[in-house]
Amino acid sequence: MYSYSDFDEAFVRTRVAQFTNQVERRLDGSLTEDEFRPLRLMNGLYLQLHAYMLRVAIPYGTVSPRQMRQLAYIADTWDKGYGHFTTRQNIQFNWPKLPDVPAILSALADVEMHAIQTSGNCVRNVTADHFAGAAADEIADPRPYAELLRQWSTDHPEFQFLPRKFKIAITGSPNDRAVTRAHDIGLRMVRNGAGEPGFEVIVGGGLGRTPMIGVTVRDFLPEADLLPYVEAVLSVYNTLGRRDNKYKARIKITVHETGAEEITRMIEARFAELRPLFGGNDQKLLAEIREAFAPPAFRNAPTDAYNAFYQADPVFRAWADTNLSAHRNAQYAIVTISLKAHGQTPGDASSDQMRLMADLAERYGHSDLRISHEQNVILPHVHKSDLPTLHAALTQAGLGTANVGLLSDIIACPGMDYCALATARSIPVAQELATHFEALKLEHEIGPLKIKISGCINACGHHHVGHIGILGLDRAGVENYQITLGGDGTEDAVIGEKTGPGFAYTEIVPAIERILRAYLGLRVEPSETFLQAFKRVGMEPFKAALYDTEAAQDAA
Amino acid sequence: MSRRFTPKIVTANRLREGDVVYLTADDQWSPFHHKAELIEDEAHAQMRLLHANAQKLTIVGAYLADARPGLLGPEPTHFREEFRTRGPSNYHHGKQADLAS
Repeated sequence: MYSYSDFDEAFVRTRVAQFTNQVERRLDGSLTEDEFRPLRLMNGLYLQLHAYMLRVAIPYGTVSPRQMRQLAYIADTWDKGYGHFTTRQNIQFNWPKLPDVPAILSALADVEMHAIQTSGNCVRNVTADHFAGAAADEIADPRPYAELLRQWSTDHPEFQFLPRKFKIAITGSPNDRAVTRAHDIGLRMVRNGAGEPGFEVIVGGGLGRTPMIGVTVRDFLPEADLLPYVEAVLSVYNTLGRRDNKYKARIKITVHETGAEEITRMIEARFAELRPLFGGNDQKLLAEIREAFAPPAFRNAPTDAYNAFYQADPVFRAWADTNLSAHRNAQYAIVTISLKAHGQTPGDASSDQMRLMADLAERYGHSDLRISHEQNVILPHVHKSDLPTLHAALTQAGLGTANVGLLSDIIACPGMDYCALATARSIPVAQELATHFEALKLEHEIGPLKIKISGCINACGHHHVGHIGILGLDRAGVENYQITLGGDGTEDAVIGEKTGPGFAYTEIVPAIERILRAYLGLRVEPSETFLQAFKRVGMEPFKAALYDTEAAQDAA
Repeated sequence: MSRRFTPKIVTANRLREGDVVYLTADDQWSPFHHKAELIEDEAHAQMRLLHANAQKLTIVGAYLADARPGLLGPEPTHFREEFRTRGPSNYHHGKQADLAS
């Protein structure tokens, strides 16, 4: 993976020193909170409901065993022994104390990590397909481009005060696992007629208050044009984006108000100005970065033991069926470690679990770990012969849950258990759904299903693109949960449709059960997934299941 | 006609630790909601908020939150403020752990 250059190292250390000084000045009264707030936010430090929260960037979700151990050390030393992996492939510590934050940032810098641009109106952590460099369906590893974008966007003087935050996602596969159509810029690798790799450029997607699927402004962008083109998009947005109204400040509104055709024209015009200014150093840099992402030395060994174990052990088989994905090397598998044990907080890992995952990555995974936007941890390169041993070790640490892609593999934002912006809780709804359906033993019967929960309209939990989305709101001083159905975050991205009136906290799990029992009753065969069934029959049968029952109960 | 004033307390987070605190009638910052001064008068509420905001080295983000009289003292009326008196629901962390005796 990429190692910091002297420049990166000096930049991050300088920032730690600056922020250390800023914290001192806040604590001695030289800085007011109004003066300090933007400075702390530039370094990922929020004030939440019960405590401060530090958001640490994990660029394109890639983390080394050494870094993972340091995150565990930070959790033990300055927090409460755990960390929360987020839908933007970051990690959040929920209980740091302000005077300790400089020491935490220094400990992060020791392992080439930081919290820069994890907040504020700038280009945020660039996210990528968590199977990058390993997926069987990949055109090219998107991470070198993501790293190039990270270097270009870090402290970019023109883009430090954008109208609003700006999120870029990139995937190297036609099967979109990075939700590129719901980002400010989505980059999806494709090949042109000549077979050369390039990008489909999608602009103006986003969830939140006004969910929108992005529009394609370029069907094929040659890879050498990536930086000038992205800079052109940001430049146009920086000029047009609305600074008068926070709720209309994201680029999705700019695209909507300007029109896809006109904004495409403006981007292309700006690109024509910028392209000649890029003299090729970006491509030299990209070539260097690419070397850092060279694939590991794959082992050539028999996989018979794996096949035999798969046949013999039903528990292992269940895990292998849900938690493994196809690797481009047929002897290997991509392992998703579920951070969704039934009843636990989605995305949380204890320091012991982090250390174990680091050890296992070293022993069996070519020292590579990834964080997915679905809040799981990935070992992208595991030889199949090592899978039985790996599974046993994971199971002992509570990390062997066989539920990836199933009902209990829920995305949930921190919600009102932590977040100052939340309007309702998310985590206990996720916990309750997982344990409820586990008790009913319905999860495997239901099959592939993505439930996504947000505790406010800002949609950190991606509820709009959940097959079942749940949005927690405050309705007249009571938690109320609105359901959307049919959302999809893949290359066929769709925003889910609202079912109708929301449900109280105690009613939301039974409501989801009614939807899923309706699905089980109407699917044509077990292989028809919930999403396929929804696309076939539409909203009505689910509405009937949700509300007719309720009306009947009320009348009783 | 202005809206009728509903009783309030002043709450904030401690600058250094981030812990939730409440302004008492004798100008202390208490971790307990029921120790807060219940403010029944709008002008007085604004004065108390100004007083709170002046304590820049102690607290951050002071605001007025709705409250009602209770057996031990003021109680929160909104679930958000109720959660702030306890801590998160997924772990025994925050006040529910720190102040358990």
